[in-house]
Amino acid sequence: MTSEPIVHVRGARRRYGTFEAVRGVDLDVHRGELVALLGTNGAGKTSFVELVEGLAPASGGTVRVLGHDPYRERRRVVGSLGIMLQSAGFSGDLTVAETARTWAGTLSRPRPVADVLGAVGLEHRADVRVASLSGGEKRRLDLALATLGDPELLFLDEPTTGLDPESRRATWALVQGMLDAGTTVLLTTHYLEEAEQLADRIAIMQAGRVVRTGSVADVVAAEPARVEAVVRNDGGRAVTPALADLPALAGLVGAPDVDRTGRLRLRTTRLQDDLLTLLQWADARRLRLDDLDARAASLEQAFLALDDTAGTPGAQRTTDTEAAA
Amino acid sequence: MTTTTTTTTTPARRRATPGTGGGARRVAALARAELRLLVRNRTALFNALALPPMTVGLFAALGVVGDGAPAAAGAVLLNLLTFMALAFVVYYNLTVAFVARREELVLKRYLVGECSRAEILVGTAVPAVVVALAQTLLGIVAVSVFLTPPAFVNPLLMVVAVLGGAAMLTALAAATSGLSRTVESAQLTTLPLLVVAIPFAGLFGAPGASSGVLDTIGTFTPLRPITDLMLLGAGGIDGDGQVVTFAETFGAAALPAAVLAAWTVVGVLAARRWMRWEPRR
Repeated sequence: MTSEPIVHVRGARRRYGTFEAVRGVDLDVHRGELVALLGTNGAGKTSFVELVEGLAPASGGTVRVLGHDPYRERRRVVGSLGIMLQSAGFSGDLTVAETARTWAGTLSRPRPVADVLGAVGLEHRADVRVASLSGGEKRRLDLALATLGDPELLFLDEPTTGLDPESRRATWALVQGMLDAGTTVLLTTHYLEEAEQLADRIAIMQAGRVVRTGSVADVVAAEPARVEAVVRNDGGRAVTPALADLPALAGLVGAPDVDRTGRLRLRTTRLQDDLLTLLQWADARRLRLDDLDARAASLEQAFLALDDTAGTPGAQRTTDTEAAA
Repeated sequence: MTTTTTTTTTPARRRATPGTGGGARRVAALARAELRLLVRNRTALFNALALPPMTVGLFAALGVVGDGAPAAAGAVLLNLLTFMALAFVVYYNLTVAFVARREELVLKRYLVGECSRAEILVGTAVPAVVVALAQTLLGIVAVSVFLTPPAFVNPLLMVVAVLGGAAMLTALAAATSGLSRTVESAQLTTLPLLVVAIPFAGLFGAPGASSGVLDTIGTFTPLRPITDLMLLGAGGIDGDGQVVTFAETFGAAALPAAVLAAWTVVGVLAARRWMRWEPRR
């Protein structure tokens, strides 16, 4: 039973008129894991997630959630889902506690309202009208409502957008706690750091397709590491090494590049070997490598590299500012 | 890629399927919230509590109501009160409420939860319907104390008038909300029904005097059956202005009841066609 994934999607498609927002997505989410769905704006993340949430029918392919079609058999699964939409509203004239109690009244197995408000740090705001809450507090109330029904499968669509760093970390801790308790989470986010923090696996969407899946480490491993330094001679003057002058590097990807300030930049798939070669080369020539910076690829780098290779004509090439941040 | 070890067995986790029995509980939860919102919205609250009795008071003071038989006056005034409550509290206020909940993305939130669409509509409507019922009850007390009390020939028909009228107007309010972009524009979109139907609703006197082609047409307008059923139930007054017996009221009620049912069906179909659950993007 546990071998059957909680979310099982094969070849899912979603069409709006002539535009196909979701173009054949495969995705499995297993019990107890958090899968983060990444992608630029317009990649089709929300359109896809709505299929899994059962809010819209797929125009092709199979979508199964907890063994059911989440759209046609919605009543059979909805009690086990917690959904935090990117945009859902509140009645501003109700207080936080009234809003939560109303929502609890619609759920099959609500948790105690006070506990849930406490978990998102809103207990001291319980008697405040929702209209007076800050954007971040409203987002936390959103999260409280999504988790109020003790869901087996929790959907979080950009849960920390608009939160200050402290609330963001508190949200991560809350989600981590739910994961520890066995909840399964499908997270959509712009923040790569969030995915790195929380995700067991990530799936990167581009132009309606999932173009990469795997653990953060897997996805990043495919990306070359970077080495950067300013090369100076023993007199301390920056020198621009001729590319032909550089040592042969075993894992070099592309050509090394020296910018106008004399900063040498290269990419390698064999960071340790090539770094050693480079250090020995500098040592033999009595050169100094100032500001030496050697680092494994980050998820951000993998993400941006992917966006650069977006080959589909008309595909959205703009990178989100958050993704670049 | 999907080699993640997920063999951790979660202790047979409570799978919840929302039972049909939860429907009443869900509707009650939404209704409580909606009642709070009504109490906190001064305009809506004024429309709900003060407007209908004030209208009745105004017309009574002007003496334009129920000229003729004094026994009919009570029934006519009572009907006017119920009618105003249904028109303003149920139809107008609910249209505004549906637009407001939609624009503040509350309907969208409810939809992702366990409530069905019908439950959301009914839950939102309950406070308005309760207010209309309460106005009717207060009206019954008022006309009994201050006027020659009507005979209350067939109270069942009064219940049908109030609840049936409320159901029809809830459906029409849902449909009208879909045609209203903002809360303010609901003031305009609700006008056609009110302006066109009120003159045909036979509000200002017992029927009989105005019989003619227009009156025949009027019989089939949406708000008219409320009046017809109320006058029958409260005063035993049929469509020709004749006072009938309890047994005869049923036969006389058949046509208005059918008209009411037909407009309710129209309202439901229109709501399905026009009601929107999210703001237009």
